[in-house]
Amino acid sequence: MRVWNYGDDINTDMLFPGKYTYTCGTLEEIKPHLLEDLDTEFAGQVQAGDLLFVGRNFGCGSSREQPALGLRGVGIAAVVGCSFARIFYRASINQGLVLLECPDAVEHFEPGMPVELRLEQGELVVGGKVFAFPPLPPEIMAISQAGGLLNYALAKLEARASS
Amino acid sequence: MGMTFAEKILAQAAGKDSVVPGEIVMVRPAHLLTHDNTAAIIGKIGPELEKYGVVDPDLNVIVLDHVAPAANEKTATGHQKIRAFVKQHGVKNFFDVGEGICHQVVMEQGLALPGAIIVGSDSHTCSYGALGAFATGVDRTEAAALTLTGETWLRVPPTIRVVLEGNFRPGVSAKDLILTIIGELGSDGANYMAVEFDGPAVERLTIEDRFTIANMGIEMGAKIAVFRVDEVTETYLGTIGVRKYQYDPVWADDDAEYAQRIVMRLDGIEPVLALPHTVDNIGMASEHAGEPIHQCLLGTCTNGRLSDLRTAAKIMRGKKVHPSVRFLVLPASRSVLQAAMSKGYIQILIGAGATLLPPGCGPCLGAHMGVLAPSERCLSTANRNFQGRMGCKAAEIILASPATVAHSAIHGVITVPEEG
Repeated sequence: MRVWNYGDDINTDMLFPGKYTYTCGTLEEIKPHLLEDLDTEFAGQVQAGDLLFVGRNFGCGSSREQPALGLRGVGIAAVVGCSFARIFYRASINQGLVLLECPDAVEHFEPGMPVELRLEQGELVVGGKVFAFPPLPPEIMAISQAGGLLNYALAKLEARASS
Repeated sequence: MGMTFAEKILAQAAGKDSVVPGEIVMVRPAHLLTHDNTAAIIGKIGPELEKYGVVDPDLNVIVLDHVAPAANEKTATGHQKIRAFVKQHGVKNFFDVGEGICHQVVMEQGLALPGAIIVGSDSHTCSYGALGAFATGVDRTEAAALTLTGETWLRVPPTIRVVLEGNFRPGVSAKDLILTIIGELGSDGANYMAVEFDGPAVERLTIEDRFTIANMGIEMGAKIAVFRVDEVTETYLGTIGVRKYQYDPVWADDDAEYAQRIVMRLDGIEPVLALPHTVDNIGMASEHAGEPIHQCLLGTCTNGRLSDLRTAAKIMRGKKVHPSVRFLVLPASRSVLQAAMSKGYIQILIGAGATLLPPGCGPCLGAHMGVLAPSERCLSTANRNFQGRMGCKAAEIILASPATVAHSAIHGVITVPEEG
């Protein structure tokens, strides 16, 4: 498991360049360009279960969902950040990508430290120190547990159709 | 206790007496905007669309603008799929290639009304706050779910109140104001929050000024950026054929509670630039005068309206674009282009050496028509200067007002608008 570490104000163009937004929509198309203008090593080396540790305002800018879809698709276990931009936060809920707003953990982290994510317990262990993160609001948890917004909406539609 | 604009409108939508920041409410938006990304959105829900259809053919507003006309077979095929979807499901509000940038078209068509909730799968959907709408961006997956169900969740945001006072000095405009505010608050200074603009100077801001300001709310992270509906709004809505009985304005109570209040004196604003590569990296234009540029872009959903073209035409009358610069002009809509032609602005700009692009998003997102080369620098009236935004990671984008861009195009270097 590797921790990828980035700074503040990482915008959507760095996560997935705008020039590809109307030609790449599927995970296979997105993967090679993920984080292309931020870290040229990422797309080739990322593995399922890796984590991202990021600064403030991660995902600011465009409403494009390829960053959230792509990070979830390559198996990022969670993005741990000081804060997240609003539309990216929403897109991540809708894709089922786990975002943890935990500035203390980000501040404590130094490259090379072991990190363990205990999602069910609401805990993140960074270099031996335990950080707790708050649970999602129940309305949002329901979307997350359904596997994203689309599944949640379809379940509702089917319930309506069969009632 | 009183409520803010966002609290009031979300309480109404949820059928509650009051709501508080942090609360989550279910709402049914009046419209859902999508653009070229409609192809990807409907691609997610093909079988469900066949089974259930769209929830309401009046909900979706679709404008083809992001890569318009199509740049290649793939984008052309996307447009083709969207046209077939529109026909099959009887989508009422469809605007094909050439009508303009989605946000301008939505406003001109009277689809963003005061007091309405509008969501769009484009981050600059917040623009409609210029007309007193609660308008915010969502992602493609959410647009897909909305197309089927018509409902979504919104978290009630805390609000920042920005009070505007005084008058702009000559050569200074709404673009300089909003860039200055973003510089002060930072690119996440309003993250998750609503921003209300009020104060004695608001009545002197045109709808186009307000549009420029609300459009850039997202550049400080805002969920919405909104103005009070006043005579200026009512007059504008009248000119596009919207009658007063068709909308129900909402505004904050005097005793509403704010997370932050800031006062901006317009007299103190100077021409500014957003320097590479973040929108909050603000510098005084005067401190960068004389620095080289290779391309100038006048247009986009931030500054592609009639007053922007008029500002540039007045500056460029009888002048020539500097030979070392490409000057691209991108009107925000067909209607803006026609008005600018009838006023003679387009003739002046083309005569001065500008290249006219078709109404749409053009080179703003780097997909086509004005992509930059490595080490080039573009001075642009757009809203984003992120690295790689205009198609090249090794290029630079600097944001400025239409006046600064027009003066700079003439001189071939960054030039501060003359006073008076």
